Amino acid sequence: MPSFDALIIGGGTNGLACAARLAKGGLAVMVVEAGEKPGGAARGWEFAPGYRTPGLAHLVYTLDQRVASGMNLSAQDIDLKSLSTIALSESGHHLTLAGDFGAETTGLADADRKAWPDLRARLLRYAAALAPFRAMAPPRLAASGNDWPRLARLGLGLRGMGAEDFRELLRMMLTNVWDVLEDNLTDDRLKGLIAFDATLGAWLGPRSPNSLILLLNRLAGASGALTFPVGGMGAVTDAMTRAIEAQGVHLRTGARVARMIVQGDRAVGVALASGEELRAGTVVSAIGPKETFLDLVGPAHLDTEFITAMRHQKARGGAAKLHLALTAAPDFRGADLRARLVIAPSAHAVETAFNPIKYGGVPARPVMEVMLPSAHGAGFAPKGAHVLSAIVQFAPHTPADKDAARAAMLEAALTVLEDHAPGLRALIAHAELLMPYDIEARYGMTGGNWHHGELSVEQMLFLRPLPSLARYATPLPGLWLAGAGSHPGGGISGAAGWNAAERILAEARA
Amino acid sequence: MTVDPRLHYETPLKQTPFHARTSAANKMNHWGAWAGYTTAIVYEDDAMEFSAIRNAATLYDLCPMVKYRLTGPDAQAYLNRLTLRDVGKLPVGAVHYTAWCDDAGKLLDDGTLFHFGAQDYRLCCQERHLPWMLDAAFMLDVKIVDETEDIAAISLQGPCAASVLVSAGFDVSGLRPFRIATFPFAKRAVTVSRTGFTGDLGYELWIAPDLALQLWDHLMQAGAPWGLRPVGSQALNLARIEAGFITTTYDFIPAHQALREDRVRSPLEMGLGWMIDWDKGHFNGRRALLAERDAKTSRWAFVGLDIPGNVEAGGSLIYAGKTKEAGFITAAAWSPTTKRNLAMAHVERKYLGRDLWVEIYALRELQYAKLMLPVTIVDRPFLRLPRRTATPPGSV
Repeated sequence: MPSFDALIIGGGTNGLACAARLAKGGLAVMVVEAGEKPGGAARGWEFAPGYRTPGLAHLVYTLDQRVASGMNLSAQDIDLKSLSTIALSESGHHLTLAGDFGAETTGLADADRKAWPDLRARLLRYAAALAPFRAMAPPRLAASGNDWPRLARLGLGLRGMGAEDFRELLRMMLTNVWDVLEDNLTDDRLKGLIAFDATLGAWLGPRSPNSLILLLNRLAGASGALTFPVGGMGAVTDAMTRAIEAQGVHLRTGARVARMIVQGDRAVGVALASGEELRAGTVVSAIGPKETFLDLVGPAHLDTEFITAMRHQKARGGAAKLHLALTAAPDFRGADLRARLVIAPSAHAVETAFNPIKYGGVPARPVMEVMLPSAHGAGFAPKGAHVLSAIVQFAPHTPADKDAARAAMLEAALTVLEDHAPGLRALIAHAELLMPYDIEARYGMTGGNWHHGELSVEQMLFLRPLPSLARYATPLPGLWLAGAGSHPGGGISGAAGWNAAERILAEARA
Repeated sequence: MTVDPRLHYETPLKQTPFHARTSAANKMNHWGAWAGYTTAIVYEDDAMEFSAIRNAATLYDLCPMVKYRLTGPDAQAYLNRLTLRDVGKLPVGAVHYTAWCDDAGKLLDDGTLFHFGAQDYRLCCQERHLPWMLDAAFMLDVKIVDETEDIAAISLQGPCAASVLVSAGFDVSGLRPFRIATFPFAKRAVTVSRTGFTGDLGYELWIAPDLALQLWDHLMQAGAPWGLRPVGSQALNLARIEAGFITTTYDFIPAHQALREDRVRSPLEMGLGWMIDWDKGHFNGRRALLAERDAKTSRWAFVGLDIPGNVEAGGSLIYAGKTKEAGFITAAAWSPTTKRNLAMAHVERKYLGRDLWVEIYALRELQYAKLMLPVTIVDRPFLRLPRRTATPPGSV
C-alpha cells in the first residue's frame, strides 16, 4: 500500500491547487476524487445527446494569481477569453460593459456617465485594499500566530489610501449594495447588474445587510475581469490536473471517501466506500466542512459545541443552474452572444426575485446570468446549434415540493428568457434545471451552496467556516481544511487550497 | 389538585413529594430555594441535626436534585463522550461519581451516574443541562429525559442507617458502597443505593412520587428506636465539608453560568484530575484538558485548609506572605467531628509552597474584627470514617 505525506479529499479547484502547492513544498501527495475525473463544479457533462454544459460554474473571475502562476497554467494551453457583460433590456436598449468591471460602457444613461466611473474606481480601490487578505490565512484575533510584519504592511496599505477614502471604506464595508447604488447611480440596468453581481451565489438580496462586501470580495478576486475558458471550465481543471500529474501527485478518481480513519486522536487516513483504506501523515479535506466533520469524522471524535456550531453553520444555496440545448442561435434583441448576458432589469427586480425563497417559494421573475459557450467554439453543441448555460436566481433550497418547485422555476426562467429573446422557447431541444438540492445531491455541497457554506460577513475571514477552523487547521490533529468552505470562499479560484497548503507546510517546518 | 398552569407565578417554588411531612417537621419554618423547590434549611436545631448525621440516622429530602434518564443502544457511548470517567468500567447495579466539561475543558457539573441496565443510566447533578446534553447526543441513538419530577429521592445517612433500613425490611447488609439494590415496597419497588453526601454510612432511596409519603412514614416508624430525624441543608453542608465534597455553583461556577472568563475551572484545577480517563477515547473537552495537563497550564489548585482557632472563614481571601492575594475560600466550617477549623479554597498554583494566610472578617456584635491567620494545606477528605465503606455495615 503506497504511503503519502498528504492525502487530499476532493479533486475540485481547491483540492488541485492545494495538491500543487504541497507537492511544490516537497510532500508526496495523493488526491482522492469521487468523480470519474477531477474538476468538481468546473467539470462539464453531456446533458443531452450532442450537447455539453461548460460545468456547474461557467466563468472564471477569481482565479488566484498564485495558483495560475504557481501551476504554470499559462503554459498549459488554456485559452481564457475576456468577456464583456451586457445588461439586457426587454426593449433591446442593452447596456454593455466592456473591460474589467465596466471600464468602458456603451448605452449608459447620461446621468451615470461620470457617476459610474467614479463609483467603479472607488469600489476597485477598496477591493484592491482587501485583495491581499484573500491570499493569506485569516489573521487571528489572538496575538500569537500572526504574520505581524505582513499584517502591518497590509494595515499600512489600507491606511495609505488616505483618511477620506479609508473612512469611506469603513462606512461602506458592511453596508448593503442597494444603498450604494441608490446613492450613486440612476440607470436601472446598471443598478440591476451590480446588484445581481453582488448577490450571485449568495443567500441574500441587494437590500440585505452586508451585501456590498460580497461584491468587493468578488472584485478583489481579479479586479472584475471576466474570462471564459474556451473548451469550458473543465479546460481549467484539466490544465490543473496535468500540472499536478507533472509534479508527481498521485490522482485517484472514482474513489468516494466514506469516513475518516482516526487513531490515537489523530486523522491518519481515509476509508473509501469500497472498504479500501488509504493512509497518510496529513489528511486534507477540500470538500465542505459540514460533510467533513458531520459525515466523515463524525461527532464521536469531536466536541459538543464544535459539532453544534458546525451543524448551525449557514449553508443555503439560492442559485439554480439552467442548461438549454438550442437547435439554433437565440436572438437577445441583437446582443452579442459571446458576451455574458445578464437579465436583472433593476436592483428592485433582484430584490423581488430573492423575496420568495425566504419562504421556500419560487420567484415569478428570476434574474440570471446567461452564457452561450457554443458561441465561443466547438465542442458544446452540434454545428449550428447552441448551448445556453444560465445561473438563475433565486431558487429555494428546501421547498415543500421539490419537483413542483423545479418545474415552476424552469417555467419562470423560460418565460423571462422568452421575453428577452422572443422565439427562444421554440428552439429548445432539451432543458435541464439543477435546483440547489439537485446541486447538493450531485456535488455533495450542503444546501447546494457553491461556497460550501454561505459567504456572508458573519462567515468570512477569521469567522470562516467557524472561528476555530479559520486557519485551516481543525480540532482533530492531522486533519486540515482546504475547500471553498474556508477563507476566502469559492468561485473557481484555488485560493483556499493554496492558503491551506501554505499553512500546512509552515506547520511542518515549525 | 389541578393547578392552572397560567398561575405558575403565584407559586414560584414547587413543593417536593415529601412536603407534607417536611413542612410538619419544620419547627423553625426555615426554608430555602433549591433548584426551584422549597427545601428545609433547618428543621429544629442544626447542631442536633448534624449530630444525628454522625451519631444516629437522618433523612434528607433529595427530590430537587436534577435527574436525567439515559436509555438506548448508544447510552454508554454517549456517556463516555459526555463525562470524564470510563463508563465502560461501571458495572450494571453500580454508581460512580463523575463530572463533565465544555469544549474548552471547563467544568459544567459533577454528579453521580447510576447504571441500571445494559442501556439504562441515570445521571444526577446540581444544574440543568438538557439542551446541551441533547446537542451532545447528535447522531447517537440515546434518549435523554429529565426525570427530576418523576422520582422522589430521600437520603438516609448516619451510622445507624443500615440498621434502620434492615428494620424497615430492606436488607442492605450485603450492599457495598456505590452499589444499587431494589426492594419490594407497597406492592411496588424502592431502589436503594449506597451513596450519599455526608462521608458517613448512608443510603439514598428512590421511589415513585406517589409513594413518597408512605415511604417517609415507614422509615420514620422503623427508625424511631435509632432517633431517626429529618435534617436540613445546613447540617448536611457541614457534613459534606468534613467529607471534603464539592458542590457545583458553591465551590465552582459551571462554565455555562460563568460571566467572568476567569471564573471557569478545569477538573485539573478542582482536584478532579483523578477521574479523567485519558485512554477511553475522545470525550468532551479532552483535547483542551490534554493540552492543559501536558503544558502544565492549570492556573488554580483546589485545596483543603486547616485554620487555627474556631472562626469560620467562609468567603475569605487567601494571601501569600500576608500581602499578595493568592486565592479564596468557597466552603468553611468549624468541624465538630475533627475539632478543627476547616476550609476548601482555590489557590493559584504559583503560590503553593509559599506561606499562606487567610484574612477573616469576624463579625462580633455589629463590628468586624480582622484576623490574619496562617493556614496549612491538608489532604481532603478531612474525615475518613471506616463505617462509610465497611461491608457488612456496622449494626447498632
